[in-house]
Amino acid sequence: MNPVPAPEPSSPKVARRRFLKGGVALGAALAAGAAQSAVGQPASDDPSRVVGSPMLPYGNRSRFEEGLRQKGPPQLPDEWGGNFTPLDETLGIITPSALHYEVCRGGVPEIDPRKHRLLIHGMVDRPLILTMDEIKRLPSTSRILFLECSGNSRSEWRAPQAAPSVQFTHGCTSCSEWTGVALSLLLREAGAHKGATWIVAEGGDATGNERSIPMAKAMDDVLVAYGQNGEAPRPGNGYPLRLIVPGWEGNVNVKWLRRIKVVDKPYMTRMESPDHTSLMPDGKARQFMFVMEAKSVITFPSGGQRLPGPGFHEIRGLAWSGRGLVRRVEVSKDAGKTWQNAKLQEPVLRFAHTRFRLDWRWDGRPVILQSRCIDETGYVQPTLAELAKVRGLNSVYHNNAIQSWKVAADGSVHNVHI
Amino acid sequence: MAASTMSTYRLRLVTALGMLLAAAGASPVAAQMPTYGVGRAPTAEEVKDWDLTIPPDGRGLPPGSGTAALGKPIFAERCASCHGDKGEDPKYRLLAGRPRPLTAAHVSESVDWVLGGQPLLTIGSYWQYATTLWSYIRRSQPFDAPGSLTADQVYAVTAYLLHVNGIIGEQDVLDARSLPQIRMPNRDGFVPDARPDVGKAAKARPRSPEKAQ
Repeated sequence: MNPVPAPEPSSPKVARRRFLKGGVALGAALAAGAAQSAVGQPASDDPSRVVGSPMLPYGNRSRFEEGLRQKGPPQLPDEWGGNFTPLDETLGIITPSALHYEVCRGGVPEIDPRKHRLLIHGMVDRPLILTMDEIKRLPSTSRILFLECSGNSRSEWRAPQAAPSVQFTHGCTSCSEWTGVALSLLLREAGAHKGATWIVAEGGDATGNERSIPMAKAMDDVLVAYGQNGEAPRPGNGYPLRLIVPGWEGNVNVKWLRRIKVVDKPYMTRMESPDHTSLMPDGKARQFMFVMEAKSVITFPSGGQRLPGPGFHEIRGLAWSGRGLVRRVEVSKDAGKTWQNAKLQEPVLRFAHTRFRLDWRWDGRPVILQSRCIDETGYVQPTLAELAKVRGLNSVYHNNAIQSWKVAADGSVHNVHI
Repeated sequence: MAASTMSTYRLRLVTALGMLLAAAGASPVAAQMPTYGVGRAPTAEEVKDWDLTIPPDGRGLPPGSGTAALGKPIFAERCASCHGDKGEDPKYRLLAGRPRPLTAAHVSESVDWVLGGQPLLTIGSYWQYATTLWSYIRRSQPFDAPGSLTADQVYAVTAYLLHVNGIIGEQDVLDARSLPQIRMPNRDGFVPDARPDVGKAAKARPRSPEKAQ
């Protein structure tokens, strides 16, 4: 039996600090105790002849399930960087909240929702400050939406840095059902001025992520969310309140949202002027690249996995587009020479992950598998060569190129740049 | 003075018009009323405490000042362990160093499959506005004690970083007036999003996506 992979903070110092800061709720202590008591004990050969364990107030997954996020890059502090979703371990289109990717640049703050406030000010008739309870009184809405860090797949611009697994090539995207209040409702409530063309949203964490967002998008479909997959968002995903900006790069989906300033121009913040801009071959940098373009990746078979042998396998993957619906996903089993349509799991939702599948009988010979997404605008997910031809190799962000996995004769699967 | 008299006048006029329309039951004003009446008006103090983001025009910069000479020891004590004495250490964030043309592929040497190869961009070679630097240092730095520098210290550290990037002199005074006037070398180095930029969609691109919303 495999031991339970404890959710371990990576250094004792950090663990102690979090313990002291957080205190331990009784339920959590009981749950942790129950999990620990099972460590190392083999499961019964016949569970039908043994009384099971007590039911828990807040459930854990089975101790035999091992999918974990992985933090990177390892040389940076645990409070800084990405925490990548194991896309090879997830099923369907909803990412479990506990495995939803996170990016932090100043750690995960601990915010008491009773003390949290949202301030709306600037070019408004009625500056507003709202408690969480007040926000939750307002008309609410829920949507299933993907998030993707614009730095997702940044490792894949150059072959020498190519990541070993789908977790690190594509694991900075996840999909949840988000519940909250329409930002447009709040802006109307505050009486945003006609001349206001942007908002600046700010997070209440140590780094205070600040992003300017055009008013047209703010008034269109942005959510101020306090729910993720049926409960409050996880602390690393913005507890207790965050912005959800459908289809746009993760960083503008400001976590730990505490302030919205209504303004008439972008504020050129740290995260939208030096960062999240993309250097082109002529030395100019593109700025305010908000939309996450159509993208897909095969999650099985994918890098680091090993097929048990020739025969039937279901090719599985995820596709999404920041311009709306995934119209079609095509799979190639000959390094892009020919393509065939994959089956899409219904319902296909705008701005959500879309699960695709294709039956496949592997003959045991080496093969290169690829997928490409075509969205409702007709945009076709490009090859890396097509992107590089226009953008060069220094643009860091927004790499939505077709991913290639090579299945070797021994069944091992590898990331290849072809 | 004239401008403020003018705006007071306009405000009165708008208010008077608004009251007239409201009395007549006109819809434009009715639409401006809150629908739900949830929440309260913040105090001036509450807004001031949080409204720290500084736009390029420098609006909102507090009183205070600093020079690179004053900033050097602060940087050495509070910043250099991560960024190097002169901001030349790329470990966490490259801030300064040998100028490199943005057209050439100068890429970090680390073979890192999380970050990938990154272009080596400095404040001097890449950043658009000095206000961005000031605002971020005040709100978010140093990493282990965000928001702990005084306004004078933030001006001084900002001046030091601009100085080691060859943008201002060691004794040049940074304050609310001078900071927004600094013209960063790469100020004009940015262009709007040009996607979709590949395939058939690139040819058919009429508008930028955010405007199409």
